[in-house]
Amino acid sequence: MDKKVYVTGIGIISAIGNNVAETLDSFNSLESGVGKLEHIASRHKDEIPVAEVKASNEELTAMAGFSSDYKNTRTALLGIIAAKEAVKSAGITNIREFRTGLISATSVGGMGMTENLWMDYLDTEKSGDWLRYIESHECGDSTEAIGDSIGVKDFLSTISTACSSSANSIMLGARMIKQGLLDRVIVGGTDSLSKFTINGFNTLMILDREHCKPFDAQRKGLNLGEGAGFIVIESEEAAKGKEILCELTGYGNANDAYHQTASSPDGAGAYLAMEKAFSVSGLRPADISYINAHGTGTEINDLSEGTALDRMFGKKVPMISSTKPFTGHTLGACGGIEAVFSILAIKYNMVYPSLNHVHQMAELSFTPVKEFKKNQQIDHVLSNSFGFGGNTSALIFSRAKIEN
Amino acid sequence: MEAYIRGVGIISPQKTFDTEEFLPEVVEYSNNSLRCMEPSYKDFLNPTLARRMGRVVKMGIAASSACFKDSGIAMPDAIMTGTALGCLEDTEKFLLAIIENDEQFLTPTSFVQSTHNTVSAQIALQLKCMNYNFTYVHKGYSFESSVLDGLMTIAEGNGKNILVGGHDEMTDKYYRVCDRVGYWKKEMVPTMQLINSKSDGSVAGEGAAFFMLSPEASDKNYAKLRSLKFIYKPENQQEIESRISEMLAEKGLTANDIDLVIYGINGDARYDGIYNQLKDSYFKNSTAAYFKHLCGEYQTSGSFAMWLAARILKSKSIPPSVLIGDNRHTSIKNVLIYNSFMGTDHAAFLLSQC
Repeated sequence: MDKKVYVTGIGIISAIGNNVAETLDSFNSLESGVGKLEHIASRHKDEIPVAEVKASNEELTAMAGFSSDYKNTRTALLGIIAAKEAVKSAGITNIREFRTGLISATSVGGMGMTENLWMDYLDTEKSGDWLRYIESHECGDSTEAIGDSIGVKDFLSTISTACSSSANSIMLGARMIKQGLLDRVIVGGTDSLSKFTINGFNTLMILDREHCKPFDAQRKGLNLGEGAGFIVIESEEAAKGKEILCELTGYGNANDAYHQTASSPDGAGAYLAMEKAFSVSGLRPADISYINAHGTGTEINDLSEGTALDRMFGKKVPMISSTKPFTGHTLGACGGIEAVFSILAIKYNMVYPSLNHVHQMAELSFTPVKEFKKNQQIDHVLSNSFGFGGNTSALIFSRAKIEN
Repeated sequence: MEAYIRGVGIISPQKTFDTEEFLPEVVEYSNNSLRCMEPSYKDFLNPTLARRMGRVVKMGIAASSACFKDSGIAMPDAIMTGTALGCLEDTEKFLLAIIENDEQFLTPTSFVQSTHNTVSAQIALQLKCMNYNFTYVHKGYSFESSVLDGLMTIAEGNGKNILVGGHDEMTDKYYRVCDRVGYWKKEMVPTMQLINSKSDGSVAGEGAAFFMLSPEASDKNYAKLRSLKFIYKPENQQEIESRISEMLAEKGLTANDIDLVIYGINGDARYDGIYNQLKDSYFKNSTAAYFKHLCGEYQTSGSFAMWLAARILKSKSIPPSVLIGDNRHTSIKNVLIYNSFMGTDHAAFLLSQC
């Protein structure tokens, strides 16, 4: 298992930008993407803030490189935009040159369209070209749309482990490269906002009515977001001669096995996932320069994750922040989006601020970074993602030792 | 990457659960929507918990429990399941509540149960199993991805007892919705007539099937799973055949070594040609079988096919109800499954006698 997995490309779209450059601009100007819901007709639009991508489906279709008669779900369009940027940034011109796979992740797939058309689907009196959206309901359909748009043929799969989904797609891709099954994989995830998830999280009473405040003693919940994040990972052979952004050195997956939706107070599952990631990477906690936390801003997540971190790092937690006050919680996409942030942190030696943090949590030893820190030495980044169903995942990105 | 199938557990539209018998008789359907023969869940779940769970979650718990029992394994080293549609019943419940009540007066139960990873999560929760846990949701590759992950996990040396499985449920409403895009036959086709049907569309199915994969040889094993290939959107028959040839060559085999081929024939005139061409030319010397008349068409039907192959290899017998033509082989050593869902997600499995 000595094979290395290199990151050679990144692509992103979220409430803070439609590509990597715009995203960096928003970080630099400390501009959060959280605001008023505009593209979904929900009765909660004035009361529940969200981090929405600032474009209509028509605009996204054009950004994805299609003419206006191309019809697909917002989930698929976001994914296509980010995946295309990732492929381009990796300098891939011939996708068939190596055995290439696409592993995407999503929590609700095409639900954003299903929830608008469901009653029409059931009414056989009504008909129209919107019937094509029936098949786009399935999670895998957005993956096939993304795969077809970039020409991937050798392997496609989709993962849905709630909010840890795209961390798991990155992990699976890395394992397939190490097993010699693929030479390179486009991995990440995509999710669009929907009434389904807004109302679902609302019934759980974990949506903050204001901007979320991860790791703050007075945190009141999360802000939902949408977007997509994909990265290109390659074997040493496939990456030869290319600019290498960093190496994916560690990954771990476990289950909290505590409750269908809530994390355990001691973060046992989170701890296990991190422990496995360290074991795969051969690194020690002291090697980590920055942690991009799951940090949703809910009472339970931040206590559970924070407690696990304090235990894992022996209360010497390195610089840590949650980027969710910028992007919102993008559910199945957050592992991919935050992987892009982790990679950029290494590339530019910087640490993003955890916005809106004021009050120290008494239970935890650490305080998240509050200012945008530049000129740091960032060599190893830990990125956590946890989800409903007890699914916990951790990834470690490291500065690549061999530049070629 | 290879593994033994140590144990199985399956709930299907046939009598497959809690029985030693191997498809003793065919349960016939003539309504184009085959639904599972569900057991009484009180042996697997406390009634309060069961009331809150959707049908597919209960089927998943019961079928996986049967697999644990069959394999003699209490705690798996990893759990990975595949489901294309997730928990459809609860998804519809929450969706309808949003629409009918205009986003008001909602309760979280059906939302919480609707998440695609509910089955693998509930299995972990019931067992207090903190090990690796994945849920795949890729249409006709949902179950296949879970099996591939199982094979990889064994190859990595990360476990000796790996639970893989596939589960999907059909609902009355979703049947009607899929009917609008031509999934199902317009005329009612009884079970044993499906293979002779010449019209477009198939009959709907569902099921939950689990397998314990293990790297260790044992008298208890059903079969050896030797290879699994994904053939995404093949451009023509030649591509399918060359991919199968490659797969067999990797194991030192040719088409003539395959004693039995299990085809995903579903009575849909649009897609059955691919299977028939394989049957009549590439695999012309192999015994042929099919299964979708017994379980219906659904995205994770590959799990029913893998169960069928495993049982055939263990029992050394082929139930007459799945045969197409005669059984030309006195002994069945190598079985190939060729299956696809709606013409896009094709997959081939190779299984051999232990």
